[in-house]
Amino acid sequence: MLQIPDWSDLGGFLPETVMFGAFLLALLGDLVVRRRPVVPFAIVLAGALAALALSFAGLDAPERTILGGLVAVDGMAAFFRILFSLIAVATLLISWASEEIMGRTRENKGEYYALIALMTGGMMVMAEARDLLMLYLSLELVSLSSYVMAGYMRNSLRATEASLKYVIFGAVSSGVMLYGLSLLYGLTGSLTYLGVRDALAAGAGDPLSLLTVCVLLLAGLGYKIAMVPFHFWAPDVYEGAPTPVSAFFSVGPKAAGFALMIRFFYTTMQPAVDRVDWRLLIAVLSVATMTFGNLVAVRQVNVKRLLAYSSIAHAGYLLMGFLMLTAEGLQAILFYLLVYALMNLGAFLFVIALNNSLKSEHLDDYAGLGFRSPWAAAMMIVFLFSLTGLPPTAGFIGKFYLFAAVMHEGWYWLAIVGVLNSVVSLFYYMKIARTMYFTKAPADAPAVPIAPLHYVTMVLLAAPTLLLGLYWGGLKDLADRAVQHFTAL
Amino acid sequence: MADHLLSWMTFAPVIGAAVIAGLPGRYKDLTKWIAAAATAVPLLLAVQLFLQFDRTTAGMQFTEHYTWIKSFNIEYFLGVDGLSVPMVLLTALLSFLCIIASWRIDKAVKGYFSLFLLLEAGMMGVFCALDFFLFYVFWEVMLLPMYFLIGIWGGPRKEYAAIKFFLYTLAGSVLMLLAMIAFYYNVKDPVTGGHTFNMLHMMDQANHGGILDLANVRFAIWMGLFIGFAIKVPVFPFHTWLPDAHVEAPTAVSVILAGVLLKMGTYGLLRISYPMLPDQAVGFMVPMAILGAINILYGAFCAMAQTDMKKLVAYSSVSHMGYVLLGMSAMNEVGINGAVLQMFNHGTITAMMFLCVGVIYDRAHHRDINGFGGLGLQLPVYTSVFSFALFAAVGLPGLSGFVSEAMVFIGAFPTHRTITIVSALGIVVGAAYVLWMLQRVFLGEKNAKYDSLPEISARELFTLVPIGIIVLVLGVYPMPVLDLMKVSLNHLIKVVAG
Repeated sequence: MLQIPDWSDLGGFLPETVMFGAFLLALLGDLVVRRRPVVPFAIVLAGALAALALSFAGLDAPERTILGGLVAVDGMAAFFRILFSLIAVATLLISWASEEIMGRTRENKGEYYALIALMTGGMMVMAEARDLLMLYLSLELVSLSSYVMAGYMRNSLRATEASLKYVIFGAVSSGVMLYGLSLLYGLTGSLTYLGVRDALAAGAGDPLSLLTVCVLLLAGLGYKIAMVPFHFWAPDVYEGAPTPVSAFFSVGPKAAGFALMIRFFYTTMQPAVDRVDWRLLIAVLSVATMTFGNLVAVRQVNVKRLLAYSSIAHAGYLLMGFLMLTAEGLQAILFYLLVYALMNLGAFLFVIALNNSLKSEHLDDYAGLGFRSPWAAAMMIVFLFSLTGLPPTAGFIGKFYLFAAVMHEGWYWLAIVGVLNSVVSLFYYMKIARTMYFTKAPADAPAVPIAPLHYVTMVLLAAPTLLLGLYWGGLKDLADRAVQHFTAL
Repeated sequence: MADHLLSWMTFAPVIGAAVIAGLPGRYKDLTKWIAAAATAVPLLLAVQLFLQFDRTTAGMQFTEHYTWIKSFNIEYFLGVDGLSVPMVLLTALLSFLCIIASWRIDKAVKGYFSLFLLLEAGMMGVFCALDFFLFYVFWEVMLLPMYFLIGIWGGPRKEYAAIKFFLYTLAGSVLMLLAMIAFYYNVKDPVTGGHTFNMLHMMDQANHGGILDLANVRFAIWMGLFIGFAIKVPVFPFHTWLPDAHVEAPTAVSVILAGVLLKMGTYGLLRISYPMLPDQAVGFMVPMAILGAINILYGAFCAMAQTDMKKLVAYSSVSHMGYVLLGMSAMNEVGINGAVLQMFNHGTITAMMFLCVGVIYDRAHHRDINGFGGLGLQLPVYTSVFSFALFAAVGLPGLSGFVSEAMVFIGAFPTHRTITIVSALGIVVGAAYVLWMLQRVFLGEKNAKYDSLPEISARELFTLVPIGIIVLVLGVYPMPVLDLMKVSLNHLIKVVAG
């Protein structure tokens, strides 16, 4: 039954409202004050910080649906709001000092910042969707803005190609998903998650059609989180898009995709587990994703592309936690997503900061950086170790919780595949370390000045990556609180 | 300091590393002195530990117990017993001497010494940790400094050696990680009833439950742990990283690698695998003894084939660690005491050998055994020191190696008669490769190329003589170390073998 939305619902929708407001204001500001990108930048930054501050309030709240039952707000939604605001703030800081975004020849700098606000709001809604329509709308909102962001460097052939690939791939997979959604509606007669769940629990749908639905839906959602075999766009887009955009894509939409998948699958598909073993399906996809991502990353010599494949592999690790269907697995995912955002943004930031002076992301140009830019390189080492999952970094703790959740549920083979994948990943992450420290820089290697803002941001990302590896009780509590009222478990 | 002796031992080097990292790079001498001071602190505390350690009890001493992560029951829990104290002493001593031996490092001084100090912290932590999670963290923390120490300051094939070491070790330790998680979920804290990482609780079979009641699961966990530790020892066939890493690493790093890091493998078996899965340990006696024999013989024969001194010493380590495995597999008091004494003795003797190789390499810039000859005439002092170390490695009576090897054989003979007899051949081969090298390098015609080679310096002697004294004293009277460990090890073997 449709609830009638009223104005008081907006009270529970504040962070999103702020982000969408910031989007409009930034656009307006950009129109009024031409050629002063600082205006939209400041508006969006203020908006993201405000959203961050507003998000903590809902952490302990039990679930309630607002806006006519389209959207659910609960602790988990609050956690993702926090995560997305943080990602937005980091992306803004990273972009502001990036030549690729702020270079003299670029136009529409204001629009770029406005789009970050729009996407952040959209990702928050993805984490809250409670209705098939809202699921699709929020997903498309994020997708459409990402196509534009990927093609931000209009006069760059590489970026245009990336954007076009992204559009085509995105359109196909969302079409496929939409078909899956329509089948699901046909099977259950409901658009709300709860309606779908009740119908499935009552026995609607035979195994074959449910399997079809699952596969079709996974095509659309898997594309968002770059899951094998729907990952093909990721390396090209990450490589072609401006690096700050790649950084944003590799953490933001991926996390949003997971948020959406968690709410959708945990709520609606749980009763159908006896008819279609989608857990096993996802387990296989998880193994394929991490193994493929890691093995292909081994051969990359373009650091951006390497990080793209590495981020595919990380989606595989996260999927392991996803299919556990336990609070522990969920906490592990939330913990890992936040840690992953820190370390992956950090690693990308290093690439961006160097790209300003090197104009290259080729591994060979990183030779001797350990001595040419010792502090930045040392921070990169922290990020790389964390991505590998070695103590004492937060990445280790994140992986530990994931593996612990998997082991606890008795999926031993999956855990073994997972840890062996970590070993593979060591090789390519250390390839970067090796070039930076073991290879001598050529005599004519240029100096690598790093923008002060990038330095500061890098410290802001590296410090928690390291400190959370030594004491992570606070973050663990945050993840635990976010999940405590999650009703679908 | 007295209350937190083990914490100070572990973290004094970290403080030193932090100070060095903050120091401008041009103060090279100051950096070295800070590093020396930061390793001298654990050494002095180790002396205090040696004096105050209660030799009459098998329990944990100098314990420190704090909550670390409450929600997952992870604790900061340190303590030592007779098994860990000899290793702690060895670590403290060798780390200090290695800083002195690294005095002439000239490349990226700041980085070298801070990494070295982090390495010491990791090793200390491994030998002191009684919480499995903490143990694992320390175990892995060592990999980072080791990787860079080999990769930046190493020899020509340093990149290959560094990543090989890293990959091998990580592959082993991730299996240990899974074993650790399996223990966590299936061992009950007797006080709270919750899950626990406390190693002492894990050792008590009464706390085991869940999948730990299944024999094949226990075997799988045992194998996971065993492979993890075996890579570190290294046990044949996981040993191939070792010659590469040793040969490419700078002298002081080889010393630490052979002197301490290899011991972590056998330490892990005795600290974790044996008491936590005693049934599997007993069931694995024969394979362990066979692997020990293979290590002894295979290592010795490989050593004989080498023309690079460092590689020879590296393979001799494979061989000597085989004695440790053989002693452990005996499952009796003499055997296990011999095994741990051999761990300590190998740490000192092999350190001397690597330091000696470093001395000649610094002067001649190569280590080719066939490229010298008659050095005894040119460098009499150096020759006597090196020969002393080599004879200790052969197991000459009166030097420490003899005592532990003899104990290992005496212990192993009643349990594994044939295997022990075969292994004893290793002594003959061992004598062969050592004496043959001695002959080629120090005896015979003097090589005119080396007429102006300078004699061993006072600083270098300073690194060698203290170890030499220990080797000599323990060869005549091993009780100072045996007394330390006897009670704990006898207790351990009683728990395991009944």
